[in-house]
Amino acid sequence: MNTTRVEASSLVDACKHLGETGWRLATIAVADSEAPELRYIFQGPRGEGWEQLVVRPQPGSRTVPSLTPSNVSADWFEREIEDLFAIDFVGHPRLGDFVLHDNRWAEGVGPMRPGAPIREALVERAWQPRRVLREEGAFVMPVGPVYAGEAESALFLLETVGEDVVRAVPRLFYKYRGVEKLAQGRSAQDALLLVERANGTSAFAHAWTYCMAVESIVGINVPERARHLRMIFAEMERVRRHCAVIRAIVDSTALWVGASRLLELEERLLRACGAVAGHRYLFGLAAIGGLQRDVDDEALRSIAHEYAEVGKRIRVTVEELAHTSSFLDRVQRVGVLDTRHANEFGAVGPFARASGVASDVRQLQPYGGYADVELEVPTANEGDGYARLRVLTDELRVSTALIGRLASHVPSGDVRSDWSPHRGEALGWTEAPGGTSVQLLMLDDDARCVNLRFTPPSFRNWQNFRWVTEDFAFQDFPIILSTCGLSVAENDR
Amino acid sequence: MNWFLRGVFGGIRTTRYPKKPETTPGTTPGFPVRAEHADAQQRSLTLVCPTSALVESGDAVDVRDDRCVHCMRCAPGVAPSPLTWRYDPQWAHATRGTIEDAALGGTFRRSMHVRVVDAGDCGACLSEILHLNDPLYNMHRLGIFITPTPRQADVLLVVGPVTEQMRLPLLEAYEAMPEPKRVLAIGACAASGGVFGPSFTSAGGVADVLPVDLVVPGCPPPPLAIIDALLALAGSRAR
Repeated sequence: MNTTRVEASSLVDACKHLGETGWRLATIAVADSEAPELRYIFQGPRGEGWEQLVVRPQPGSRTVPSLTPSNVSADWFEREIEDLFAIDFVGHPRLGDFVLHDNRWAEGVGPMRPGAPIREALVERAWQPRRVLREEGAFVMPVGPVYAGEAESALFLLETVGEDVVRAVPRLFYKYRGVEKLAQGRSAQDALLLVERANGTSAFAHAWTYCMAVESIVGINVPERARHLRMIFAEMERVRRHCAVIRAIVDSTALWVGASRLLELEERLLRACGAVAGHRYLFGLAAIGGLQRDVDDEALRSIAHEYAEVGKRIRVTVEELAHTSSFLDRVQRVGVLDTRHANEFGAVGPFARASGVASDVRQLQPYGGYADVELEVPTANEGDGYARLRVLTDELRVSTALIGRLASHVPSGDVRSDWSPHRGEALGWTEAPGGTSVQLLMLDDDARCVNLRFTPPSFRNWQNFRWVTEDFAFQDFPIILSTCGLSVAENDR
Repeated sequence: MNWFLRGVFGGIRTTRYPKKPETTPGTTPGFPVRAEHADAQQRSLTLVCPTSALVESGDAVDVRDDRCVHCMRCAPGVAPSPLTWRYDPQWAHATRGTIEDAALGGTFRRSMHVRVVDAGDCGACLSEILHLNDPLYNMHRLGIFITPTPRQADVLLVVGPVTEQMRLPLLEAYEAMPEPKRVLAIGACAASGGVFGPSFTSAGGVADVLPVDLVVPGCPPPPLAIIDALLALAGSRAR
């Protein structure tokens, strides 16, 4: 990673230059020991790698110029950092009430700062949503934070003048568990548990991202067999999670028979994971230096076969649903995200690929063994619910085929390298099922976690949600929500 | 409409549980069991356990169920001298008295409504709860239903360690429920805080906020373990 130190005054220009040449903001990390130091990490558009800009605010101050007016994809990053580190971004249009809700925490706590008086800042006061619409009869319809059957907790503020919803604003972070803060001071091994359990449906991908960062700090190579198996498990997780999203889409259109069928197929995938890896959600599988447990090659081949079989059935179901007008009518032309917005607001993963942004780090910045495999990255251009469904189904096909190819010749040998502590800082990245997951990790001499910046794909994609939810009918809301396939737990972490 | 016909005429594939045990591989990750006469290697597992779920007591290694987060470090295939793991679905335990004391009983045996509240879950427990409606498990056949409103709910099923910002919505949901009501905590986070709590932003499980009746530990507990707990609350658990 190329690192450049810049003065706070020239930060905006430097970032503007990167943005104009196609570099996308991947994350903003903060190292805050004595004085805060901000790291702006950009990803090259054509596999150039990562570029880091390091900025220190003026001594004694906690203010830096905001990037948001010139690069909107920085919006949520800055709002998050303002809440967590009490760093002020000068020129940002709207800070406050983001991670820490104003009705529970006093402003300016900055819980990520060392020694911040966090529990003392708890308050209990009323909170009213901001209303933008000023037309007569306009009102805000709140949905959440506890709503529907087994929905994740989040609040959606639907602004409406009656029949149609003009805009929907998500208020997230009800489930803020402070993974980044809790990781501080823990051993590298134990911090892995936090990252893995931040989002149970993409646990392996995030654990891999973390392990990759640790492995490049301590300077070890992962054995050939583990490299190979990691790809297989990551693709298994992708298939399962895509199946879950497709099921949720069918469920939201109230086609119970189709949804039940997909639910059953998803359970078969879960059982396959459980049978071969010992855990249905692949917890406790990834380890620093490789994998925590070895698996039987024969079992792996039969699982690959099961995945191919289930994958085929999912595809057939989706193809048949696509010929059912009551289904198609409800997913086509709803929740449209156009290419310009997807690019500007930094969308990633299948969510972005359905809007014509063909970015996949497996191809762009190959990690693990992905440089050696042929990979097709399906895209679509319409950016509506149906395009997202198609991209998910195509990716599912690509991944099941890849699992089959990988499982047919697994190299033999160990699955774990030994490692010894080393101080350092490194970036880990993977293509999680929801999109690019990036982690910046700092370890000390005893391999204790000094700082962890965990940017999951959902955090970057929720930022686009406002574009997906413009001018729609009330009954389309659950459909739009499900086609986006966004995880609240992953965002809130 | 082929998908519809295939779904409707696909035949019954639902598990026979609780009438007969379910033995399909992959339906449960299993759970570690207390080792009565632990060898030295098994005793050293207490140092490997990241959440102190394993504790030495005499020459035994005891398992504090609520704390286990399925890191798998003491599992067969991972540890050199693993603990024994059990694969039955009866993971639930009562917080006071016996499991039978927590049962609602009576008419609830045939119809019991559950409100699920996500108080900081990672998505794995919620996914397992979702699979209770799976044709392979189908909890409706047992008279258990998920309801969107707490006003019609008999059981409050809570997942997650209860984050500070979910504390009040959770309490409101509980207050809105009619008597008699029961609280069921699902998963390691809800049981003890898991890897997240107690912390600056999470409670150490649901019991810190609400009176809990039944706890199902595990990270996450599989669908059958949740069904077993719900049947216990309804008063019709398999013996």
